[in-house]
Amino acid sequence: MSGPSLMDSLFQRTLEDLIKGLRQQLIGEQAFISKALEEIRKEIKSTDLSTKSTALLKLCYLSNLHFHDMSFAAFHALEVLSSPRFSHKKIAYHAISLSFHDSTPVLLLITNHLRKDLTSTNEFEVSLSLQCLSRIANVDLARDLTPEVFTLLSSNKLYVRKRAVAVVLRVFEKYPDSVRVCFKRLVENLENYDPQILSAVVGVFSELACKDPRSYLPLAPEFYKILVDSKSNWISIKVLKIFAKLAPLEPRLSNRVVEPICDLMRKTGAKSLLFECVRTVVTSFSEYESAVRLAVGKIREFLVDEDPNLKYLGLHALSIVASKHLWVVSENKEVVIKSLSDPDPNIKIESLRLVMAMVSEHNVAEISKVLVNYALKSDPLFCNEILGSILSTCSRNVYEIIVDFDWYVSLLGEMSRIPHCQMGEEIENQLIDIGLRVKDVRLELVRVARDLLIDPALLGNSFLHRVLSAAAWVSGEYVEFSRNPLELMEALLQPRTSLLPPSIMAIYIQSAFKVLVFCLHTCFVRGGSTAGVSASASYESFDDLSIENGAGSTVAHGQTCTSAPITNESIVNLLKLVELALSPLLGSHDVEVQERARNLLGFVDLIKLEALNSLGQEENDSEQKGVEATKIIRLVHDAFSKELGPVSLSAQGKVPVPDGLTLNENLGDLETICSDIELPSSNTFSFGYPSEEKDVSSFSNLQIKEDSGQSNESTSLLAEHRKRHGLYYLPSGKNEVISNDYPPANDPALQGDNNDTASDLVKLTAESLVPKRKPNHSKPRPVVVKLDEADEKPVAVKHPESRDDSLSGAVRDILFGSEDILPTSSRSNLPSSNRKGKEKQHMITQVESKENVVGDGNSSSRRRKDHSHGKERRHRKKNAEERNETDRKEKESSSNHPRRHKSRQRAEEPLKVPPQTSVIPDFLL
Amino acid sequence: MIHFVLLISRQGKVRLTKWYSPYSQKERTKVIRELSGLILTRGPKLCNFVEWRGLRVVYKRYASLYFCMCIDEDDNELEILEIIHHYVEVLDRYFGSVCELDLIYNFHKAYFILDELLIAGELQEPSKRTVARLVAAQDSLVETAKEQTSSITNIIAQVANFTIKMLHKGYGPWGSNALHLESLFLVDVCTRLVDQH
Repeated sequence: MSGPSLMDSLFQRTLEDLIKGLRQQLIGEQAFISKALEEIRKEIKSTDLSTKSTALLKLCYLSNLHFHDMSFAAFHALEVLSSPRFSHKKIAYHAISLSFHDSTPVLLLITNHLRKDLTSTNEFEVSLSLQCLSRIANVDLARDLTPEVFTLLSSNKLYVRKRAVAVVLRVFEKYPDSVRVCFKRLVENLENYDPQILSAVVGVFSELACKDPRSYLPLAPEFYKILVDSKSNWISIKVLKIFAKLAPLEPRLSNRVVEPICDLMRKTGAKSLLFECVRTVVTSFSEYESAVRLAVGKIREFLVDEDPNLKYLGLHALSIVASKHLWVVSENKEVVIKSLSDPDPNIKIESLRLVMAMVSEHNVAEISKVLVNYALKSDPLFCNEILGSILSTCSRNVYEIIVDFDWYVSLLGEMSRIPHCQMGEEIENQLIDIGLRVKDVRLELVRVARDLLIDPALLGNSFLHRVLSAAAWVSGEYVEFSRNPLELMEALLQPRTSLLPPSIMAIYIQSAFKVLVFCLHTCFVRGGSTAGVSASASYESFDDLSIENGAGSTVAHGQTCTSAPITNESIVNLLKLVELALSPLLGSHDVEVQERARNLLGFVDLIKLEALNSLGQEENDSEQKGVEATKIIRLVHDAFSKELGPVSLSAQGKVPVPDGLTLNENLGDLETICSDIELPSSNTFSFGYPSEEKDVSSFSNLQIKEDSGQSNESTSLLAEHRKRHGLYYLPSGKNEVISNDYPPANDPALQGDNNDTASDLVKLTAESLVPKRKPNHSKPRPVVVKLDEADEKPVAVKHPESRDDSLSGAVRDILFGSEDILPTSSRSNLPSSNRKGKEKQHMITQVESKENVVGDGNSSSRRRKDHSHGKERRHRKKNAEERNETDRKEKESSSNHPRRHKSRQRAEEPLKVPPQTSVIPDFLL
Repeated sequence: MIHFVLLISRQGKVRLTKWYSPYSQKERTKVIRELSGLILTRGPKLCNFVEWRGLRVVYKRYASLYFCMCIDEDDNELEILEIIHHYVEVLDRYFGSVCELDLIYNFHKAYFILDELLIAGELQEPSKRTVARLVAAQDSLVETAKEQTSSITNIIAQVANFTIKMLHKGYGPWGSNALHLESLFLVDVCTRLVDQH
């Protein structure tokens, strides 16, 4: 069928036509493209290679810039590849390297094409196929083409050789055993004087050294020579990268290298090289004082430079130094702080990181103050960035750097009032966490919470809802610290709470419950109206404290109470308020809100009658009044006053899995069912209501329990999910955890356990310089409850990639010889060498036959062998001298020497560099 | 190493993409969308580096085009800026004061030049002159091959064009029958010629 093919080739749209056409389409671009694709699909089937290749080129264009799938053309690309014409090949290679990936089915067919082109006499064809190989190589391709690449590594055409060198990296990655074949040639190229080749080789080694530096230590002398001799900045940068990796492994090496690097730093005019020197020094040579000083001088030049790039990199370098030499950062403090208001967000973030690196327990207050001021002024994005980093730094390691928790809690309150603040969730968590962990701060915490709750304006800001929920919970849980519970009650039940989402609404109601119970308890049980609300007897220590503190500065605790005493009248008002506020909520659509409201109203109903009666009969029958009510109130109050402790992250693991519960079952399909159901939004609160379950509202739970007891097969998956979560998952785990493993925060036994906090305390009191926000608060850091293993995040053990392992294993094999394999590599090394042994043999014979064909390469490599022999002899002689002179490295090298099989080495390993322990002394001479 | 190279116009149109690390087609579109959002919104006179997914993107704007390269965290950003500049200079030399349109219409040439410059994500050729020479050599290789074919196909194409024009211009079935037959014959000859070559 030549007819259509002729028409196609004569009237085919070229790439240019396609592009022009596309640019004229203003609206129907997609339609135009799909039409063009239709044409391409037809044209690409043509037998005429020119037509085919043009179609392929057009397809490349569409795939590349308009992201259309071109996998259908994989086979056609291979067909074009077989064309004898260079222009076709070029297009085909372009298409292949663009579209092929490991799972492309026709990948198997490409091997022979590549092999043919790799051995072509046209250097450009060789280069094309090398380029393609670097992109699409998989294990098979890399294995099959290793001999060809090996040959090209010593090609006499520089253009080809440098490309082969660059591609070898990919081949190594995919097929580590190729190292055994190619590595020697690669190392030979290190001694090449052509800068292009050298640049390519050094590039390869810098990539290799990134993954496993130790294997390349024996090559340090070569790298050193290049570092000293190199005229090209490109090469110097790469060599510096290699030394940055090698130096930490071998102190003698860094002794030797640090001077040339400093020289380079002083002399060079190129900023890129200068920066690389600085970075190398600060990452790997940080113990060399003079070098670091020099580098810091350069960093300062960067910091004050006009160019934002240099400024950014300067800050970046500073943040590297910061981990080891904090003084450098504080020396440049002004610049760093000034950069916080830089127009460039990246620079701002970098300087923020630095500022956070400077934070210590001494300056945390001042720095936070400065940062909060910046946050007020800056754009929302950066503002939250600042707040986020303050929060994470301060909470690091269980609030390690916080001494004055009163200050920190009020800072949290302040932060949540910043207009752009969106960190509600984090603030919420910390408020509750601190409440649970730090007993002494609860007074301040309740004060902050009250301030937040009482402000009706805050309810309108949806970002603050999470903070408010924490505030509500705190004020409910620690209501005994409150100065005025009645006011709190009004705040919790104010009409604007209707703006809250239901989950938080529920928390408000629950807190109101707790406050109410507390008021009633103080009023009835603890001696009626005159008693005031001073904190209960169980918190004597606190009482003392508050009186001491309060007497001087603010209104004393007792005074506030007398300003709003809980009288019988106020209780009546309170009950009315509760009924008024909550009765509309009985019809709420949210189950949680409805249930809590019902609980509270039920409670009010229960006691109201008696409470009112007792008010009426006060004079008559004081013994009998409200006996029933008092009993209830006491019960509920006792339930609420049980202390909650923090829960360990690993607590769940300690809960034994009940029989018949399969946890491994796939719950994936449940997600679709549950996606539209709002789960309780905060986990923090899940352990917040044990009392409720026990006393009042166990109704729903009981029902669930019954359900599960009766039937294991529930009506739907959802019910089962709920059952699991509702019954087995949290309550049982939590009860156990709280009662057995994790004593409450104020348990005296705990202080004995916490030796580390005690020692912290000692350390802190010893330091008299701790700055205090309020001088009269000068007290030691309060005890922060830590759970032994709770706060270490479970670190996933990261297994090194087996491929890298085998790669470095192979490299070590070559460099150290099989006798001197380092123990670390032996594990990965042995199996791979056993497994591939046969293949390797086969490969080598293949390679040798190739070498014979290419006579030129053979002779050159022989010359090189001679050269390296001479070199090695020199090495050995130096070694001997060294041994005579110094005794300190004696043992290692002498123990190594007898084991070396010199004859074998000479025969097989022309470039064998002496093993690690002896190479460095050579190098040092 | 360099993970990928992107050329994006100020309007967010992609002009060139080159991937040295494996990214699937889906990831590629996502990467480009993310990065153009990140880079195009940055004002002038800011620094040329953007952190992105634990990697670093170095970009530089030339006229209406953003040249972006994505590198590892510990690569040298200034070096990459230099490579970008290097590439632009080579393009400039090749096209003669290059502009965006040159790259739009010769998108494959821009690729081939990039391939001379970088291989496997590493800089290959730091000399502008050498790159120019290599590209020119390959171009001539392509040209000579083209000329060989085009000398014959051109003639055939002209004949065929002529014939078909005749067929269309009313010399066809409704005009002279003889002429029509002749042109059909010509078409036949052309096809055979094409088949031979």
